[in-house]
Amino acid sequence: MKMLLKNIPGWNADAHLSRVVRGMPPSGIRKFFDLVSEMDGAISLGVGEPDFVTPWHIREACIFSLESGNTHYTSNRGMPELRACICEQIKKDMGLDYDPDEEILITTGVSEAVDLAFRATLNPGDEVLVHEPCYVAYTPDVILAGGSPRPVSTKLSTEFKVRPEDISPVITDKTRALLLSYPNNPTGAIMTRQDLEDLADLVVENDLLVISDEVYAQLSYTENHASFAQLEGMQERTVILNGLSKSHAMTGWRIGYAMGDPAILGAMTKIHQYTMLCAPVMAQVAALEALAKGAEEMENMKHEYNLRRRLFVSGLNRIGLSCFEPRGAFYAFPSIQSSGLSSDEFSEQLLREEKVAVVPGNVFGPSGEGFLRCSYATSREELIEALDRMETFLSSLSKR
Amino acid sequence: MNEILEILSENAKATPGEIATLLGRPEEEVARKIKELEDSGVIRKYITLINWERLQESYVFAVIELKVALQRKTGYDAVAERIARFSEVESVRLISGDHDLSVTVRGRSMKEVAYFVAEKIAPLEGVQSTCTHFILKSYKEHGVILTERPRVQRLVVTP
Repeated sequence: MKMLLKNIPGWNADAHLSRVVRGMPPSGIRKFFDLVSEMDGAISLGVGEPDFVTPWHIREACIFSLESGNTHYTSNRGMPELRACICEQIKKDMGLDYDPDEEILITTGVSEAVDLAFRATLNPGDEVLVHEPCYVAYTPDVILAGGSPRPVSTKLSTEFKVRPEDISPVITDKTRALLLSYPNNPTGAIMTRQDLEDLADLVVENDLLVISDEVYAQLSYTENHASFAQLEGMQERTVILNGLSKSHAMTGWRIGYAMGDPAILGAMTKIHQYTMLCAPVMAQVAALEALAKGAEEMENMKHEYNLRRRLFVSGLNRIGLSCFEPRGAFYAFPSIQSSGLSSDEFSEQLLREEKVAVVPGNVFGPSGEGFLRCSYATSREELIEALDRMETFLSSLSKR
Repeated sequence: MNEILEILSENAKATPGEIATLLGRPEEEVARKIKELEDSGVIRKYITLINWERLQESYVFAVIELKVALQRKTGYDAVAERIARFSEVESVRLISGDHDLSVTVRGRSMKEVAYFVAEKIAPLEGVQSTCTHFILKSYKEHGVILTERPRVQRLVVTP
């Protein structure tokens, strides 16, 4: 079929592609995906999602709902019970009040919420501060929204936090928003309340909107998660994005939400109603069950991640890959400087020689060069085996 | 203390060193606490969960429900402890509801179990009636699903 189309005179599909999309590089993760896929017996520490299956009571609630014939559209903003339940939870966990009718939107995964937040707030040429190393979608999403991403490098020496001195040189009169993504993928770094306080003056002086992706908030191991919205006078300036993918092991369900100022949420809802209409009803039902009755299962999973975190991070340091303490999410971000290899070289050789898949840090931005992202959302047995193989790899390197 | 027990309850083979790494505490401290738990009888035994059904030659298990006449002074304890001494008996529990004691018995054949109940349990003083339920298939034991189907695989690398 493809061949036939190509043979039609005068037809050139490329000419019909958007220039913006054509100019966008494919995700650096893709190459690794292909390499790992064709290998047998590889242990993958490259997976950015929980290894747990969604707890049974959540799946069961969804099945029951389907059996009852609950298969219709919901309101654009999402089921009222679900919105109310999330607002209650946020009040309890973070002390923040949001109106379930006007200040929250249920989205198809946090990914949609990120996209909507940028599209609803950016005009052509508006600049957004995006710290890196960071999750791979923000920069393309800003570009697709017509904005201009301005990278802000974070460093190991300052625990991969965003500090005022990192962003102030990058701010111009076109800067409109600051993206914050903590606990952070890929570094596992967190921002404490004090760290956020330090940014507040700059944010206000430059009248920035803060778009805060907090999808790993529930996976903070050493202290309660702090949100920029909790700072005095900052709730209006902040759009919180969160979801159930990581906290309740529900990645495939695609349920996220956005909360913030009613004008911004209204604008996001407008795009959502024209492009998505509503998040899938069965996933919304499952999300309601998860939030209403899933606290204990969530704590159990978090506890298990924490055990693995200690096991894996101490293991990395023991075999000679120095790793700062990740305090959130489920990633360790060890430095490979001692190996003398680049992130790409290290990852590729480790995969070919010892069959352990990690993601090279530079995939998440240039300042991730010299690091690896290793997900510890995998069984303890696999983590121990992976550490053994990595140790073998390192000692073979030193003999070269 | 409870964190150590949670880990051991899931894996009796976890060593003090491994537990110490998981909890981020010194190995000596963990070893000392385990010793205390053993000495005080909180940890009674380290056992292995076996899926006997996977073997050709397996055991037969039965749950026996007993009605027992309450005895002055000793209540149910005297009968229950008597029953518990038989090596064929795996567990003895006092339960609420229609019956008083629930006893699990292990034998080589249904006949062997039935004879054991008839000869050793039913005639005991205080035992008023027995009702034997043979276990036909075990789906979950000690929190472990024995009939798990192969899991759906995650994508190998995702952002």
